[in-house]
Amino acid sequence: MSLPLQKLAPVVRFERVRLRYGKTVALDGITADIPAAAMVGLIGPDAVGKSSLLSLIAGARAVQEGRVMTLEGDMADPRHRRAVCRRIAYMPQGLGRNLYPTLSIEENLQFFGCLFGLEQAERRRRIDGLCRDTGLSDFLARPVGQLSGGMKQKLGLCCALIHDPDLLVLDEPTTGVDPLARSQFWDLIRRLRVARPGMSVVVATAYMEEAEQFEWLMAMNAGRILASGSPAQLRNQTHTDSLDAAFIALLPEALRSRHRPVTIPAFKEAAGSGFAIDARELTKKFGAFVAVNRVSFQIRRGEIFGFLGSNGCGKSTTMKMLTGLLPPTSGVAQLFGLPVRVDDLATRRRVGYMSQSFSLYSELSIHQNLVLAARLYGMDPAQISSRVDEMVLRFDLERNRDSMPDQLPLGIRQRLSLAVAMVHQPELLILDEPTSGVDPIARDVLWQLMIDLSRKDEVTIFVSTHFMNEAMRCDRISLMNAGSVLVTGRPEEIVRLRGSASLEEAFISYLKEAEGISAPAGHPSEPQNPVGVISATTPAPVRRTPPFSIRRSWSYTLREARELRRDPVRLTMALLGTALLMLIIGYGISLDVENLDFAVLDHDGTGLSRDYALNLAGSRYFHEAHPLRDDRDLERRMRSGELALAIDIPPHFARSIGHGNPVSVGAWVDGSMPQRAETIQGYIQGMHQGWLEEMATRRLGQNHPSPAWVETRYRYNPDVRSLPAMVPSVIPLLLLLIPAMLTALSVVREKELGSIINLYVTPVTRSEFLLGKQLPYVVLSLLNFSLLTLMAVGLFRVPVKGSLAALSTGALLFVIFSTGFGLFCSTFTRSQIAALFLTLIGTLIPAVQFAGILSPVSSLEGMGAVIGKSYPATHFLLICRGVFSKGLGFRGLAASFWPLLLAVPVMVGLPILLLRKQET
Amino acid sequence: MPSSSHIFRLGVKELWSLARDPIMLLLIAYSFTASIYIAATALPETLHHVPIAVVDEDASPLSRSIIQAFYRPRFNPPRMVTLADADAGLDSGDYTFVLDIPPDFQRRVLKGTVSPIQLNIDATRMTQAFSGGGYVRQIVSGEVEGFIQRYRATAPPPVGLTLRARFNPNLQQAWFGALTEMINNVTMLGIILTGAALLREREHGTIEHLLVMPITPSEIMLSKIWSMSAVVLLAAMVGLLWIIRGILHVPIEGSVGLFVLGAAIHLFAATSLGIFMATVARSMPQFGMLAVLILLPLQLLSGSFTPRESLPAVLRFVMEAAPTTHFVALGQAILFRGAGLSDVWPHLAALIGIGVVFFGIALVRFRKSLSEAA
Repeated sequence: MSLPLQKLAPVVRFERVRLRYGKTVALDGITADIPAAAMVGLIGPDAVGKSSLLSLIAGARAVQEGRVMTLEGDMADPRHRRAVCRRIAYMPQGLGRNLYPTLSIEENLQFFGCLFGLEQAERRRRIDGLCRDTGLSDFLARPVGQLSGGMKQKLGLCCALIHDPDLLVLDEPTTGVDPLARSQFWDLIRRLRVARPGMSVVVATAYMEEAEQFEWLMAMNAGRILASGSPAQLRNQTHTDSLDAAFIALLPEALRSRHRPVTIPAFKEAAGSGFAIDARELTKKFGAFVAVNRVSFQIRRGEIFGFLGSNGCGKSTTMKMLTGLLPPTSGVAQLFGLPVRVDDLATRRRVGYMSQSFSLYSELSIHQNLVLAARLYGMDPAQISSRVDEMVLRFDLERNRDSMPDQLPLGIRQRLSLAVAMVHQPELLILDEPTSGVDPIARDVLWQLMIDLSRKDEVTIFVSTHFMNEAMRCDRISLMNAGSVLVTGRPEEIVRLRGSASLEEAFISYLKEAEGISAPAGHPSEPQNPVGVISATTPAPVRRTPPFSIRRSWSYTLREARELRRDPVRLTMALLGTALLMLIIGYGISLDVENLDFAVLDHDGTGLSRDYALNLAGSRYFHEAHPLRDDRDLERRMRSGELALAIDIPPHFARSIGHGNPVSVGAWVDGSMPQRAETIQGYIQGMHQGWLEEMATRRLGQNHPSPAWVETRYRYNPDVRSLPAMVPSVIPLLLLLIPAMLTALSVVREKELGSIINLYVTPVTRSEFLLGKQLPYVVLSLLNFSLLTLMAVGLFRVPVKGSLAALSTGALLFVIFSTGFGLFCSTFTRSQIAALFLTLIGTLIPAVQFAGILSPVSSLEGMGAVIGKSYPATHFLLICRGVFSKGLGFRGLAASFWPLLLAVPVMVGLPILLLRKQET
Repeated sequence: MPSSSHIFRLGVKELWSLARDPIMLLLIAYSFTASIYIAATALPETLHHVPIAVVDEDASPLSRSIIQAFYRPRFNPPRMVTLADADAGLDSGDYTFVLDIPPDFQRRVLKGTVSPIQLNIDATRMTQAFSGGGYVRQIVSGEVEGFIQRYRATAPPPVGLTLRARFNPNLQQAWFGALTEMINNVTMLGIILTGAALLREREHGTIEHLLVMPITPSEIMLSKIWSMSAVVLLAAMVGLLWIIRGILHVPIEGSVGLFVLGAAIHLFAATSLGIFMATVARSMPQFGMLAVLILLPLQLLSGSFTPRESLPAVLRFVMEAAPTTHFVALGQAILFRGAGLSDVWPHLAALIGIGVVFFGIALVRFRKSLSEAA
């Protein structure tokens, strides 16, 4: 398959490329050509810039300095990126990182097919072909979140290949994948290249045995290229016989000196030390799914016990049961002879655990993480500092001591995790794939460390791994598949019993046996034609990209809608929650002030003064508390908030009235809620007047009521009830808050979880991406609107007096605004919390206070008035009230529609402008 | 027995993570400074710049004196409109009140025949409609009575009424608005910060790591409670002393220390509620929805926007279990009415009770929610 590499124009060309993240230099002046139509490998330790280089090639990251030419065009030029991205496929680092976990395999593939503009029939044909080739056909309906790591990577590859790329960029595609899946993966690539000889493949890998198979290699270190050429050339150049050795020889002296071959003293069991771990018949079920099925093993103190198996086979679940994180469904686990108990803090101090995913604080520096762990494990404070320094030194973290883990590559984060698990000098280490993603040198260092711990300090180590050379270093290993242990024993013994040449071969044969695959070297669905279906696909018809593709946008809509449907809790909250809020607020907010507590300080104590008090107590507004004793009592009870009103009737009240002398009743109103105070004042004035008139009629026999000079007509709401006024104002409030909150996390979440990369490297444009995402929420919000309107009419008996069409149009415009606002908050924040909080601040406060729900906007002042007048909720509120209460239509509400019409393009456009199409 | 050193260390960790989220810090600062200022200065007195229009069909000295009786700051200068414009203006919400003074009004008043002025009120604007209607009637009656008195002498009413507002003599909304805003932001931040912090730990898997360490769930929860409460409390103090007292010149009657104590206890309840919500929600988007569903009623029904007395009995009962209800009552009592510990202790006790209950439920749910997430 060796093509004359130099005869073709290079597929990628770097000219003096530099890249920095903040102060860290990731790439330091790279100038190189990557040959076309070849299988090219990037090798090197962690954090030397391999991933950065790949993301530059794919256009996922913006070029800072120098020139990157991919497929004969400058990647700094957006037009070229747009044109060329349909010829590139990019698989980022991490298992299934750009896939959508709640969607099925089929749905993921359909999604990517649509992004690249394939017709329906074409999509079907390719999906079927790819799945048949990869053996995924039987699992099309399975959600990606439930796939094993190997299957995720195969699916990732299918998604990358769906549009027939000319350049395939793979960032550590087989890291964390079991040997069988790994061999199947490379097999697939190999056949693919036979079918499409013109395709270029660029791969970063941590496996030297994989790199050995590539045609051309680039060895990198510290942001620079050390050497490049074919594996044979590299070996010759360094006078070594393996690529592992060649790579170590290429490294600068400082790094090389650290490397020593791993030596393993024989394991000597200390007499009578017993088992560190004793697991019997451990079983864990999640619903109907049996994750771990009757697993038993005993690990002696000081032993290194390896756990091998494909991803998702139950290794991690078993480990979690041993740490007490998960309670077993049945079976018993004992640590140091004691059963594992959730509340056993003493045992936890003796155990160190490292989980598969990075589980340290990304907001703390490496040093801070170590110190925190040491303190939490209750280490002697005097020793912490020296112990942490020791760990930093041992795990080679000095250079990154004060860095944030987020900025560091996987390998260094893994080292940190391991350091944290060991910092408190535990007697037992449970390590879930500790060396996954760590470069060979660092891996050897880590293993030497573990071996020393085991042999010198009798630390028991229970470790899972995918690397066969690491498995060979274990005292004993277990092979696990689909929840059950296949075999346990010394590695050499397993190889011998199986009659295999290597552990890898033995492992693969065990797995095949377990999975019922008979053909010795066969692939589960090896196609008859070695060229396979993939070759039969005609290249995707290259059409000019339309500025806005409905299909691509629609694929995002479908995806978002599916994710929403798979999250029934959120959906229910969005629909029923709105109804509930409407109910609570509709009934709850009432401005009728009733049952106010008042008390009387009666200095007179006559029948007339009693009569005055009774006049108040008899109304529905007031409720009389026991009388006041004196001024101090009045002061105290008003202060505590017990009384809203205190009436002070002066001495000689009745006598003064009898003599016609002027006398005045004092009324003290609690002013701490001004609005309530004003209402109370209104009530009092009216009742005082009423009492006077009644008294005049009764006592003096006079009857000349003052003529009513004013006749009041309450318009739109003749009974002046709160409900008809409140219900139409609650609708805008809810249609602002709920839709904005629904969209608020949709972009920032993709950023946190990594699937945003699909925006960066596929032809989808920012507007297609955002509008596609917005649509399902607009529809959901309109559903909400219908629900609210039905409730208003049916439940609250607030009829729609005006034009329903006007109301609905207003609602449509408004929910486009509110969902857009959520997206806006989501585009420029970095964390989900910040997006959430910003959305709340941007909706709850202005809507409740400035949109005119309680006080009309025309009466607001200062910034509040500015916010109120420009805030679209204000205008939709006017539309709601206009239609519900005032019987208006489009014509009468034109003044409110214009601002809404203006707000829509602004709020839709702003996120599009703010969103970036590349990582910077 | 929770270890205080663990709680302290973990809390310091929370503070570090907050310190490294600049947008979040900015938002917190905003909520206790600019946000309070805007809310305080925007909220009008209930009757403030009320938009009013007059249809003067009489054009007499009396009608003119009535019109002149409406002036700022309570009313915007009355707009003179025709009968037809009046309806349109009410429809589009240009004015809340329209006075229609009928033809020959003055003549009939003097003759003693009743031909009342029509007052149209936009009753969808509840606040102004209620208190404003009475006020407009009073002004008109006063003007008419005064006009009549100039022609015939009538005895003054025998009993006067002296109305005084305690604690806020001029019924300034700014005082109320500022405090309300601060109280609401304290609640919102307390809930969101703690709940989201816990949820983030779960989404990132760090909580798992904590649980294999010799640390109990109650220590994890308490560490989040103290650290986030401290941040919010500090920000609230800046808001209270610098913005509310310093810039807005709202006199604080009671003891700031007592208020801080109340706020701290309220934050214990609010942050416990936040943790409880985080154990219910399985992801951040779910938490966001839950936050809206809970915060909105908490704010609207706590008595900070509308008087609590006006709630239906059932809701009033339910809201007794909401921390905001007690915090609002307590805040108003201390800051406005200068109430002391002897007055507000029932609210403090209620807050402690609510906090303990939420904390307890959250603790029970804590581990359960973890094994569900696995």
